[in-house]
Amino acid sequence: MSRLVVKNGRVIDPASNLDRVCDVAVEDGLIQHIGENLSAPGAEEFDASGLIVAPGFIDMHVHLREPGFEHAETIESGSRAAAAGGFTSICCMPNTQPVNDSATVTSYIRDRARRFAVVNVFPIGAITKDSAGEELSAIASMKQAGIVAISDDGKPVMNARVARRAMEFARALDLPYIEHCEDLNLSAGGDMHEGVQSTRLGLRGIPRSSEDVMVARDLILAEVTGCRYHVAHLSSKYSVEMVAFAKSRGLKVTAEATPHHFVLADTDMPPYDSNYKMKPPLRHTSDVAAVLQGVQDGAIDAIATDHAPHPGAEKMQEFERCPFGIIGLETAIGLALERLYHTGKVPLPKLVSLFTSGPAGILSLEQGSLRPGAPADLTVFDLDREWTYDVNRSPSKSRNTPFHGRKFKGGPVATIVAGKFIWRLE
Amino acid sequence: MPAGLLDIESLSRNDVEAILARSKFFQPAAGQTFKRLDTLRGRTVVNLFFESSTRTRTSFEIAARRLGADILSITAAGSSVSKGESLVDTLNTLGAMRPDAIVMRHSASGAPHFLSRYLPIPIVNAGDGTHEHPTQALLDALTIIDRRGSLDGLRIAIIGDIAHSRVARSNIFLLSKFGVQIVLCGPASLVPSELASIAPGIELTTDIFKAIDNAHVIMMLRVQLERQHEAAFPANEYFQFFGLRPEHIERAKPDVIVMHPGPINRGREISSEVADSQRSAILNQVENGIAVRMAVLERVLMQ
Repeated sequence: MSRLVVKNGRVIDPASNLDRVCDVAVEDGLIQHIGENLSAPGAEEFDASGLIVAPGFIDMHVHLREPGFEHAETIESGSRAAAAGGFTSICCMPNTQPVNDSATVTSYIRDRARRFAVVNVFPIGAITKDSAGEELSAIASMKQAGIVAISDDGKPVMNARVARRAMEFARALDLPYIEHCEDLNLSAGGDMHEGVQSTRLGLRGIPRSSEDVMVARDLILAEVTGCRYHVAHLSSKYSVEMVAFAKSRGLKVTAEATPHHFVLADTDMPPYDSNYKMKPPLRHTSDVAAVLQGVQDGAIDAIATDHAPHPGAEKMQEFERCPFGIIGLETAIGLALERLYHTGKVPLPKLVSLFTSGPAGILSLEQGSLRPGAPADLTVFDLDREWTYDVNRSPSKSRNTPFHGRKFKGGPVATIVAGKFIWRLE
Repeated sequence: MPAGLLDIESLSRNDVEAILARSKFFQPAAGQTFKRLDTLRGRTVVNLFFESSTRTRTSFEIAARRLGADILSITAAGSSVSKGESLVDTLNTLGAMRPDAIVMRHSASGAPHFLSRYLPIPIVNAGDGTHEHPTQALLDALTIIDRRGSLDGLRIAIIGDIAHSRVARSNIFLLSKFGVQIVLCGPASLVPSELASIAPGIELTTDIFKAIDNAHVIMMLRVQLERQHEAAFPANEYFQFFGLRPEHIERAKPDVIVMHPGPINRGREISSEVADSQRSAILNQVENGIAVRMAVLERVLMQ
């Protein structure tokens, strides 16, 4: 019987409206009790004085690259990067090789995760076979095998009829349908946000409208089908407004934002630096402001990183040849504190909810709260420690980040999964 | 990072003026045959062209030789590039042979900028994708100055596929540094509204008559037929609405200068009558290309 008491931290659990200095007692991997002056015979004690103690953070949008692209990331290395970033649960997108479009692949990922991952790994299954957008994948059997949502992330479902049928399945199986919203005809060939900056640099643009058109279509289909519909990495101001509108109509619509989309704009990219190249692209400052506003006023339910590892050689090419995506697990809390908390825009409990009860609610996970009996996943972080991100020390196998060398104020201190420390600040 | 010449945008007006003044010095007087100088004797320049080019490559070769440098031209077809070597590896390989400068043309915007971060050798951009073509803008400016004395107070129309033109971008950035009024004209999809914000002094129109009205210079761009596959414009009516013909010249200023970076498509963006007329400065542009590239190579190699 293993016991742990986290002492004297400021315990914030948005799921139970808890925000006070107290102790958290853990037994056999489950939350046992929250209260003052807790102790247990033989229990390990962790002094969290001056620190925030929250339910373990959940990143619902991660690319672990295994199976198929183990040179970029593995379930193990990605999970270690997650732990170092304060995440205790991550959801892995299905764009592996083979694509996670069958119960076999889902089971393989779950098995590898059980053996090698230090955090909880929840697979997301493909909407269509090979994420080709044509035939539906084996959604029901993948659900039995343990997927928590469906998505063809990276490849939007361009055919509206296919999307509609998939949403009907999602509704029947009570799985969230997650869309990477991008009309591929409008964005074809684009490498960065279409605007003054892309025009100046002579780079082909990815217009805001390529996202908006798809969000609009999907919201209509979500209403028709009644499915739980989730927009991945929302980045455009009109899309934020449309999601808010859909919510006001009572639709079961949710959305996530990545830290980079509320921190960086297209003008922040040093010319042709592929560490700033991702989809959706860094957009105009007005979009950045709108995403931030969406985080503040509830249009956006979760912060997710879209951690997308690519090895150095792939990013060391002409800008237009570089793949899209940046890693983000280790910088998410720092960026959220910088842009949301230290600016006074978002109170701490709300910030914590975006990493915990928010994604847990979307995915119906038992994680994300501190109620007694829940898995004892805890994220311990501080608010004022100054530190600098050094990507060369990252447990991730990839180095593609625009945040190398950035100075942060506050970040993860300890990560606990099922009552065990899986990462601690050195 | 060694200073090459990556783009016009990051140059100051003083930089541009210095290059143009030096270019003037390298212009041969009428009827004069050029004497070979030995300013760059013992220096090696590599001309690395990942896209086909005749005039720019030849112009750099002649410019380098007139300054006494050794120059070696490599075209991508048949080189290691076609064997799948990455751009960085290709350049590192060439870099190990210790040339003093690399003149580079590439189809990807920003390719020279990307390489300059990793390579300890100055790079002269001879055209990168749809971004910039700095020496073209310099030779265009020199040609205008030859005819008009200066760039002050001018109104210059640039007509064609602005969105995808590196010549247009470099000219826009250069001319705007001198307060030139710039009118950009072309089919709607090739003149996106964002262009108006990339530099000061830009106006946009889709009406060629508005563009040439009161213009001192008309710069025509080459039509790239491959763009029509992107549904960017209907090719069959291009000449009718954006091709420069004698009727336009009649409506323009009597001393208007017509320019074109070449190679020209007669009957597509410019009529033969106009291309061969007294108003055309097309061959002066070619000649000035050498003087400008001498000034650029000297600047890059003598610092």
